[in-house]
Amino acid sequence: MKRFVIRRILGMILVLFAISIATFCIFNVIPNSDPAQRLAGRNPTKGQIEAIRRQWGFDKPVYVQYVKTMEKVFTGDLISYVSQIEVDKEILQDAPRTFSLAIGAAIMWMAFAVALGLYTAVRAGRFADRFLTALALIGISMPVFWIGALMSYYLGFKWNIFPNGGYVPLTEDPLQWAYHLIMPWTALSLLFIGVYSRILRSNVLDTINDDYVRTARAKGLSERQVLLRHVLRNSLIPIVTLWGLDFGAVVGGGALLTETVFDLQGVGQYAAESVAQLDVPPVLAIVMFGAFFVVVVNTVVDIVYATLDPRIRLT
Amino acid sequence: MAIEPASELASAVPEAIVAEGGRTRVAGLAPWRIALRRLRRNRVALAFGALFLVIVAMCLAAPIYASQIAHTDPFKNHLTDQITIDGVKKDVVAPSGVPIGPTYSGRFFLGADGNGRDIAVRLLYGGRTSLTIGIGAALMSTLLSIVAGTLAGFYRGRVDAVITQILNLIWSFPPVLLGIALGTALALGGLKIGPLELDGDSKLIPSIIIAIVTVPYTARPLRGQVLALREKEFVEAARAQGAGSLRIMFSEILPNLSSTLVVFFPLMVASAIGFEAALSFLGAGVRPPNPSWGTMIADGVERIITGPHLAIVPGVMLVLSLLGLNVFGDGVRDAFDPRAKVRVRRS
Repeated sequence: MKRFVIRRILGMILVLFAISIATFCIFNVIPNSDPAQRLAGRNPTKGQIEAIRRQWGFDKPVYVQYVKTMEKVFTGDLISYVSQIEVDKEILQDAPRTFSLAIGAAIMWMAFAVALGLYTAVRAGRFADRFLTALALIGISMPVFWIGALMSYYLGFKWNIFPNGGYVPLTEDPLQWAYHLIMPWTALSLLFIGVYSRILRSNVLDTINDDYVRTARAKGLSERQVLLRHVLRNSLIPIVTLWGLDFGAVVGGGALLTETVFDLQGVGQYAAESVAQLDVPPVLAIVMFGAFFVVVVNTVVDIVYATLDPRIRLT
Repeated sequence: MAIEPASELASAVPEAIVAEGGRTRVAGLAPWRIALRRLRRNRVALAFGALFLVIVAMCLAAPIYASQIAHTDPFKNHLTDQITIDGVKKDVVAPSGVPIGPTYSGRFFLGADGNGRDIAVRLLYGGRTSLTIGIGAALMSTLLSIVAGTLAGFYRGRVDAVITQILNLIWSFPPVLLGIALGTALALGGLKIGPLELDGDSKLIPSIIIAIVTVPYTARPLRGQVLALREKEFVEAARAQGAGSLRIMFSEILPNLSSTLVVFFPLMVASAIGFEAALSFLGAGVRPPNPSWGTMIADGVERIITGPHLAIVPGVMLVLSLLGLNVFGDGVRDAFDPRAKVRVRRS
């Protein structure tokens, strides 16, 4: 077990290193244009371009630029081209919003998916099952930015049921925090509810005929106990893994569309806005941190999974 | 051991036949035909597949609609024009900037956008873009996955290590973030690899980005399958006959991947179309003024207060095509995946 954890963590560090190189290449090697010229704005003089090139280090070889950039990323000296604000300050300021969105949505989609999945499995083949399965499919097919925009227009603007935009920190007022986030949570959850409930439904249907379930019934447990303590517990394992991975992906950048549509000013929206302005440093940092977060969460999930289920091969 | 799938099929075939038509002719029924028969019986899946085909056909007919019914093209703006509906003259775009809503007649059937362009025409042309990019990206992604998965699974060892690491690397990036990062990087100066030169505005760029980002999702399962297939007796037999690696890959391994690919493809097209919409929505996909469902939704969301139809119309079209593909893809999976049959029987 110890060796497995150590190997997994070493592998993680290697992947993180590869991610940093890949991200750097995306912005500094692929673009077929001169970054200094981009930075200088419209109609710069030759001298201005030269000065910018020297100032940002674009005249150095690529690997020197890489090391310099990484230094800046980790010391927090990375500065946005456009706003000249330090990138890490902006990210730290936006991070609570992204986490609020991700945590709330994750709880919401898990709760609804478990309820829906279990219910449709128990009612498999009947009208309720078909109807809810159809709803789940529609949920899967709806792009979050579209349904989010419609929600904020109808529920927020037109009918004024929920506040449109705005974010209240959890520490200030938990009720207002949740009230302001309910629309983004719902929009982000829809897709995951659809996916998870369908997986859970088929998992439950797979286990419900297993021998140990029959035994549980035979020894006189109530149907409720059989379902919740025997069937559900086993059907949940794959979903919990997925949950960890998806949570990582949402924090690492998956919430970007939701944040943009609801104007939550989270990390993802910061990335999207920087992209629109061709402001490379924030995008570089966010993509890198996003991928870092995903990799770290994946590693944790792997280790937890291996601890929980001794049958997992430790490689 | 290696007989597993064979015995599984042997037990599955007679049952499938008894259940579906009561025929007794067991020998000679290929798994493909069983799957197709199962798919044919799934009316819901077929109906949704047809829905998608209808949307494709409508988009293909876009030029006819534009020239014969709407009398405009997707780029022409009618900011200062007036049209007559039921004898009443109306501005296409009111002086206040509010565009006309759906007229449900030839011109501006679904209304106009803020620039006075015909939404119905743009919707169909945008569909051409979205569908082309989606299907193109799914094809590219499939091709890349086949190459990567087969090479990694077949040669194992070092080749496998390199390919798997690259796939893991792509996999660890949040997809949308990687998409917009690549989209921005490529749009800056286009793409130049040897003789291949693409303009920053090219429609191929979003397809390539989507293909790259989605490769791991198909390549990893394919690799696993190839790893199992290469140990099978028929591969051994082919090798004993003197077949080289290339030949084994093409005539022994590839045909056995086909059913997996058929199952993946509709779902891949769906995710690619959704991905294109997301990228274009964020401004890293199709560039305006070129219409695509994503750019139209982005446009509509910006002006949703003046005219909600601007956002609703392209979104509904997008949802309908994704729904069609997803339900159809589900049906295909149920038809080809023996586990799905078990599931149906139990329920």
